[in-house]
Amino acid sequence: MPILAVVGLLAAVPLITSSNVTLNFMVMALLIALVGQGWNLLGGFGGQYSFGHAAFFGTGAYVTAILQMRYGVNAWLGFVIGVAAGALFGAITGLLSFRSGLKGSYFALITLAFAEVLRIVASVTPITGAGVGTLVILDLRPEAFQFQSRAPFYWIILALVGVSLVLTRMIEHSRFGAYLVAVRENEDAARALGVDATMIKLGAMTVSAAMTAAGGCFYTQYFLFIDANIAYGPWISIEALLAPIIGGIGTVFGPLLGALLVKTLGELAKLVTGGAPGLDLVIYGGVLVAVVAFAPRGMAGIFVDLRRLLRKAQERGDG
Amino acid sequence: MVDPLLRVENVSKRFGGLLAVDQASFIARPGRITALIGPNGAGKTTLFSIITGFQQPSQGRIVYAGEDITGQPPHKLARLGVARTFQIVQPFVGLTVRENIAVGAHLSRRSRTDALAAAGDVGRAVGLGDRLDRPAHSLTVAGRKRLELARALAIQPRLLLLDEVLAGLNPSEIRDIVPVIRAIAGGGVTMVMIEHIMQAVMKLAENVFVLSEGRVLAEGAPQEIAVNPRVIEAYLGKGAATRMMAAGADHG
Repeated sequence: MPILAVVGLLAAVPLITSSNVTLNFMVMALLIALVGQGWNLLGGFGGQYSFGHAAFFGTGAYVTAILQMRYGVNAWLGFVIGVAAGALFGAITGLLSFRSGLKGSYFALITLAFAEVLRIVASVTPITGAGVGTLVILDLRPEAFQFQSRAPFYWIILALVGVSLVLTRMIEHSRFGAYLVAVRENEDAARALGVDATMIKLGAMTVSAAMTAAGGCFYTQYFLFIDANIAYGPWISIEALLAPIIGGIGTVFGPLLGALLVKTLGELAKLVTGGAPGLDLVIYGGVLVAVVAFAPRGMAGIFVDLRRLLRKAQERGDG
Repeated sequence: MVDPLLRVENVSKRFGGLLAVDQASFIARPGRITALIGPNGAGKTTLFSIITGFQQPSQGRIVYAGEDITGQPPHKLARLGVARTFQIVQPFVGLTVRENIAVGAHLSRRSRTDALAAAGDVGRAVGLGDRLDRPAHSLTVAGRKRLELARALAIQPRLLLLDEVLAGLNPSEIRDIVPVIRAIAGGGVTMVMIEHIMQAVMKLAENVFVLSEGRVLAEGAPQEIAVNPRVIEAYLGKGAATRMMAAGADHG
């Protein structure tokens, strides 16, 4: 129910403002929330920290773009196939990494390697448009997944975030979710209790990749352009893990909370520093350090602590 | 005589130049408690790891319920009813006691609600009823041992391997947990326990195997084992048995 309330509230934003700047800001924040939710499922709930979620984002983005431009596939169908391709790629990379028993920093490194290899390949192969990138032809019809105004885009990305929230909540309350968390906490203990750790991690990686790929597909439709550095660049891998870490790792609302905070902070930092190149990133980094040092469970953790404090204060008042 | 539920046949395990387990064989009869004792480094825990699929034997085989299960992965063995506890307790520290136990209960229950309810029952049975919703990291050593036991029980095992569940407990805590273990055995679960605390072994086990330097040194009822000179020597060094006999005679 909190999901419904939050999504409903956010859905009202375009009714309040028609400012393109605001909507654009919100679209980007929600995009990061979606991509971050993908990371959170595998990293937050499963404890498998990926440094290369760009691999899935970019695969979704390119598959959508290429299917439309080279094969004349409808954009909506392209979107669905893009998500499926991301999921498949997640399953394959997961199989390769988990079957070889890669854990912790080794897993992080292999995911980074996958993303970097894809970035380099995409910047030289003709099908991706090599260094030039791929442009999606402007065709402002809803059938082509393109819209005159930003509001429909906003509602679509909000709907995708809503789906990711519901899906994450369902997983959290399922056997699969319980097993996933058990694997994160202690893989050997989980295996002794009948958990097929490899399959559980593989499942999580597949769903995680699908969510992140959906973000990539959306990116293509929103900007109508994709190149190797956008699709597979480290920026998106970092955004994907920053949002949940700052918002609250392993919580349903963490990525959304974190994405909104990080994006707001980014804008504020740009305002404060007056666009001095790189200075906003310094502030960004400072906040990340502060969160990791003082609130390792992120904003969601702070909320939980506050609620507990309030309840304690209340009990004391009653007694 | 009833067929044993577990039969370990000539199992060896080599780590490089070290022969940790050397042609060890033992059996566990259904519904009984079998103890595996021996000095530190005798290979007891390694043997448990081999039986539960965490390690592969270099040689030999494991027969469970009449089937060769050698080399099966841990999760498959758990589904067949083989449970273990860890010598160094391995709680899911970020979860509550109930959630910890529910992971085991999920093996036969898909629904989260059912698993949590079953976890509550198992938790109460091992005496964690008042701590079900506490985080696992807040438990004392004794509490963690009980949790270890509860999680393993939650998979409804036929065979339960206990790796030093009593180690690190004080005498009153041991006194509290011994009836819990006896109740589990009373429920028809076959158990093999690695244990150093001989008083508890004497109270609980019907059959004892002594492992020393990877080999099975002796087998018998606890009372026989306790006075077996070879066993005393394995623990206390050569000549200890005769010295003890002499000392015993003096005091007697």
